[in-house]
Amino acid sequence: MTARSLRNGQPVPLDDVPVLGVEEFRRGVLAAVAGGARIAALFGHPLDGAGVGLIAVLARGNEGTLSVSSTVVVDAYPALTPECAQAHWFEREVAEQWSIRPLGHPWLKPIRFHPPYRAGRDGAPGAAGGSCRAGVADFFRVEGGEVHEVGVGPVHAGVIEPGHFRLQCHGEQVLHLEIALGYQHRGVERALLGGPGKRTIHYMETLAGDTSVGHATAYCQAVEALAGAAVPARADVLRGVALELERLANHTGDLGALAGDVGYLPTASYCGRLRGDFLNMTALVCGSRFGRGLIRPGGVAFDVEAERTGELVERLERALIDVAGAVRLLLDEPSVQARFEETGPLSAEACVALGLVGPVARACGLQCDARHDFPSGIFRFSQVPLSTWHSGDVFARAYVRWLEIQRSAAFVREQLATLPEGPTRVERKPLGAEALVVSLVEGWRGEICHVAMTDARGRLSRYKIVDPSFHNWMGLAIALRGQQISDFPLCNKSFNLSYCGHDL
Amino acid sequence: MLKALAARLRQGRRTIAFPDPAPSLSDRFRGRPLLDQAKCAEPCSACADACPTDAITRDGGELRLDLGRCLFCRECVDACPEGALSYTHDHRLATRGRADLVLGSGAFRLATAFGEESRRLFGRSLKLRQVSAGGCNGCEADVNVLNTVVFDLGRFGIEFVASPRHADGLLITGALSENMMLALEKTYAAVPPPKIVVAVGACAISGGPFLDHPEVHNGAQDLVPIDLYVPGCPPHPLTILDGLLRLLGRM
Repeated sequence: MTARSLRNGQPVPLDDVPVLGVEEFRRGVLAAVAGGARIAALFGHPLDGAGVGLIAVLARGNEGTLSVSSTVVVDAYPALTPECAQAHWFEREVAEQWSIRPLGHPWLKPIRFHPPYRAGRDGAPGAAGGSCRAGVADFFRVEGGEVHEVGVGPVHAGVIEPGHFRLQCHGEQVLHLEIALGYQHRGVERALLGGPGKRTIHYMETLAGDTSVGHATAYCQAVEALAGAAVPARADVLRGVALELERLANHTGDLGALAGDVGYLPTASYCGRLRGDFLNMTALVCGSRFGRGLIRPGGVAFDVEAERTGELVERLERALIDVAGAVRLLLDEPSVQARFEETGPLSAEACVALGLVGPVARACGLQCDARHDFPSGIFRFSQVPLSTWHSGDVFARAYVRWLEIQRSAAFVREQLATLPEGPTRVERKPLGAEALVVSLVEGWRGEICHVAMTDARGRLSRYKIVDPSFHNWMGLAIALRGQQISDFPLCNKSFNLSYCGHDL
Repeated sequence: MLKALAARLRQGRRTIAFPDPAPSLSDRFRGRPLLDQAKCAEPCSACADACPTDAITRDGGELRLDLGRCLFCRECVDACPEGALSYTHDHRLATRGRADLVLGSGAFRLATAFGEESRRLFGRSLKLRQVSAGGCNGCEADVNVLNTVVFDLGRFGIEFVASPRHADGLLITGALSENMMLALEKTYAAVPPPKIVVAVGACAISGGPFLDHPEVHNGAQDLVPIDLYVPGCPPHPLTILDGLLRLLGRM
């Protein structure tokens, strides 16, 4: 057996994860990806001896199955990236975290700029001069008389997170964009080891503040699976409602921001307000606009009484009418269409090769959505239709968001009308020892993947977090090639990726 | 054009009045915590043990809660067998001093206004550059919201500008990651004096959930002098607005 097959949220004993020779591991991963699988996670974990375990989690969306395999590496191994582009960012992370050199990696540079986690090692392979200072890297440069370089960030012009972008331009045309992140790195994965502790759930809610519900749900699913806890039906529904409210708020905000980036102010101002209306609906449930304190292991910490449910539905209907009006105004406007269409295009082939996820992938026509492919919680029983569009440009990314707004709203409406009775939370139980679980949730940016592993005492020996942005940042870089530099903000907003979710 | 006008009419006026009448918030909103010292029985330390950021201490029998560290979760409230801790709906939380953020048996001291000279300079027009330095983007999101039609920050003469050179000060969020040290230092230096600094959120004040991580510096205060502390995780937009207006002497 070259890989252990498992489902979303199904714990398996660590001993069941095959440990292969490096060559066999590589062949298995490459063959699976060639056969249509996507790398959901590829990460190192410390072993007792000299080596580092390398674990690959592959997702087969059309089958609804995941598979996991592993190998052991000490200092170096032949990189997957030359034959499998979607391993590119993962292998850079492995190199940086564990000071392992993926041989033949064509673009080996730090992604977060921190010292390696492995004792006795300093400096990541590929770091400029062995430095791990943020932004100090060998940036790609295009040479030529009329070529110029534009640097942006880490401190941006708007109220946005920090990141550094280098654009190689010929006149107005962008030849290449390089993205250097890590400014938001605060060491969350390292701090999670040995847990769960009293801060664990708070780390989850602050991995990416705008995805508090998504990440907290992924975490709770993981620990509930490891503890063998069954979440009450009512809690499953409330989690689903909160997840879709998070999607509604962010998608609405994104459409407003896209309108703002092309100077179409009516929709920009309406959607700015409407995003807040959705956030306030989440606050009506749990007191926090971002859903802080709502999702807890074993269920949810707040129930909704009939009166509150009625108020939620009423607010939802009112907001939807206004969102529909604001979005129609935007998408019907010829000057907006002229800016959105054919801007920042991404082909379905590039999307598959890079392993992109979420609305970005669905805007290239890819049928992928963890709610549909790897359903968990309420999504096992109540499906949300897939929303796709084919053109892969800014318009498609905007339009898919609008389709998803409508479908999320229909879902919330339906769920609140048929809210099952019963408790909202069960007691916490200790986690099972020496086990591994993969937990997937479709956050508003795409697939959130958490992989939890426990030691002999049931403590977390490794907790890997893959925010959808981790997959998608490279997509933005590719989408910008050949574009006008003035369209950079618009393209960037159409992806709207997380810096903190990436930097951890 | 006509469709845009029709939509404009349908959307209506959405800007809220501020500060009067008092804003309506969710009945579950967690505002300034209330400590009932009489109910707190030694030697119990259930609340302090439950607090994820060690914000709660007991000093000479007095229960103290540091709002600068508080994540406004419910761990302490749920842990206390006597019900000595509870949340009010009061969104006003900003202070001028770090020590003022520590709730105890004394009265809570909300932020006071600048001196006359600073009020003359900034009172009617305050331009801020925001620096995000190692957080979760929650504070940024609720700072950004102040620019929507709902809060309409511009009507108070406060505006976020694109360059520190155009700014009167910084609004800092995040625990100050090591990777943002240099950028924050340079951005602060680029603001022409006299300049002010506003720290928004538990991260920027104390490190928040990332307190004592080697990757962060437990907030911005060791690098830059702070004029206004706005606690919360993240603070409600009204909390931030209230703090800014207090500082400017307009509340």
